[in-house]
Amino acid sequence: MEFSFTKEQKERAEEILKRYPVKRAALLPLLWLVQEKDGYVSDDAVKFMAGFLDISPADVWGVATFYTMFERKPAGRHHVQVCTNLCCRLKGADWLLRYLKNKLNVEAGATTSDGKFHLSTVECLGSCGTAPMMQIDDDYHEELDAEKVDRIIAGLK
Amino acid sequence: MMKILTKNFGVPDSHLLKVARANGAYSSLGKLFAMKPEDAVQEVKKSGLRGRGGAGFPTGTKWGFVPKGTGKPVYLVVNADESEPGTFKDRAIIEKDPHLLIEGILIASHAIGADTVYVYFRGEYYRQWERFLSALKEAKEARIVGERPFIHAHRGAGAYICGEETALLNSIEGYRGVPRIRPPFPAVSGLFGCPTIINNVETLASLPYIIREGGEAYAKIGTEKSRGTKLISVCGHVNRPGVYEIELGMSIARFLAEHAGGTPEERALKAVVPGGSSVPVMTAAEALGGCLSYEGCEKAGSMLGSGGMIVMDESACMVRCLADIAKFYHHESCGQCTPCREGCGWIKKICERLEAGEGREGDLELMLAVADNMQGKTICVFADALAMPVKSFVTKFKDEFEEHIRFGRCPR
Ligand SMILES: Cc1cc2nc3c(=O)[nH]c(=O)nc-3n(C[C@H](O)[C@H](O)[C@H](O)COP(=O)(O)O)c2cc1C
Ligand code: SF4
Ligand code: FES
Repeated sequence: MEFSFTKEQKERAEEILKRYPVKRAALLPLLWLVQEKDGYVSDDAVKFMAGFLDISPADVWGVATFYTMFERKPAGRHHVQVCTNLCCRLKGADWLLRYLKNKLNVEAGATTSDGKFHLSTVECLGSCGTAPMMQIDDDYHEELDAEKVDRIIAGLK
Repeated sequence: MMKILTKNFGVPDSHLLKVARANGAYSSLGKLFAMKPEDAVQEVKKSGLRGRGGAGFPTGTKWGFVPKGTGKPVYLVVNADESEPGTFKDRAIIEKDPHLLIEGILIASHAIGADTVYVYFRGEYYRQWERFLSALKEAKEARIVGERPFIHAHRGAGAYICGEETALLNSIEGYRGVPRIRPPFPAVSGLFGCPTIINNVETLASLPYIIREGGEAYAKIGTEKSRGTKLISVCGHVNRPGVYEIELGMSIARFLAEHAGGTPEERALKAVVPGGSSVPVMTAAEALGGCLSYEGCEKAGSMLGSGGMIVMDESACMVRCLADIAKFYHHESCGQCTPCREGCGWIKKICERLEAGEGREGDLELMLAVADNMQGKTICVFADALAMPVKSFVTKFKDEFEEHIRFGRCPR
């Protein structure tokens, strides 16, 4: 399916282009717009973006795959990311990951069968002082215990 | 206690312009705009302020490297990429006092003659990015921020290496975030080939005080080589993790007792990483005899770095800790340089086999040799940022590493 921005996104894209002296610099902000619309960056979106910025699809590919936050395929409705870096591990990140695996019945790096959750592990998110922590979509959840995790997961549509 | 960076942290709604202004935000600007740019640079030189992003380079001196009269625009780039394990201090400034950062941005722009500013946020700091944008909007509506400089907030998308300043520039330009070979240095040829100054969030947040009270007043705080105050974010095995402002030169023992609240259940302290995961680890004895200043941390066998302190008590396994650090660097290496790309992988592999009880005779020597081959041989200092922890962990906690090999398992 061919990719295109929504009307409102087109306006935002125009505004983004104005922020930089060269078009290509808008690539990251525009890929964020793509992901906001589709939830991931598809091959069609890569082609679209290459045309939009007058660069080759390989250039767009190279960038989209370098940055870990750009998804390359549709993920679950909610992306649950657990930090398993050093500081979080000192404060129970192993427990948290195990707890979520059991609770959601899914392995890290996989999506639940109902497509609701995608679970993954990430490197330090700057929450080391409030570990253990997870990020769900755009929000951080910190100083977690079982009760808090249950409440947060239950609150998601 | 001197509070320069955190004075508003405890004030409710300190991120709103109304509240910030009532607490003195933007009060340095009258004085600033009456100053010639070179005088503002001079004031910062006098203050002795050193960059708070990790390298500790004198800020005023760096500003002085911007060539005059090139006819090219000058850029200010704000490093809000904060991704080094243990470091979460810039986040606190952005969340609690974004106007302090904006005031600092206006000061730096005036001093170096920048008419465009890009603030580079790590992609994960979405809420912090939003907070900055709404503070910026308020400041624009109140005409504190005018037409110039243009201030743009740019979001990264998940790559630690983009905190390295030249990788960050490539990232803003829409490329993969890989570091550039220097020279040319960014001050001469940086963003879009133009003179560029890159500064850390905390560095900029220190400027309003320096302009308002004068460089000399700032220089009176701290030690001879480490002027002023610094944020320390502390985590790991402590009772009160968090972000604290200290006068540089404070002893680590006092910091741990007074701010961090000691270790849980009064377990014995084993090790301290004082400045983010990339600096050498200190033994408990080194830490307890050391000071939180650039020279104090060096004397105690490490570096102040970003001020991200990670504390380990006796329950921690040092092999496991190093394995976690190695995993991080292996994941984040940009892969341009062979010693870094391959070295990070080797270190990770050896650490993991030690931890799994499959260590071999000679593994420690091998790790040290790999670290030697990484240090000082690459485009950026990322490779050193793993080599230094490796060397310090393996030599300072040699017994623990040897036990893993001898017993064929993790003894903890
Ligand atoms: C691998 C690597 C990661 C870095 N990450 C950051 C970072 O997240 N934030 C930061 O301010 N500086 C970081 N730095 C340091 C920057 O390259 C640069 O020195 C700093 O932003 C300059 O600002 P300052 O002089 O105000 O400290 C990093 C350096 C390296 C080598
Ligand atoms: S040292 Fe590592 S991170 Fe730095 S440029 Fe080389 S490969 Fe990339
Ligand atoms: S190590 Fe998990 S947030 Fe820093």
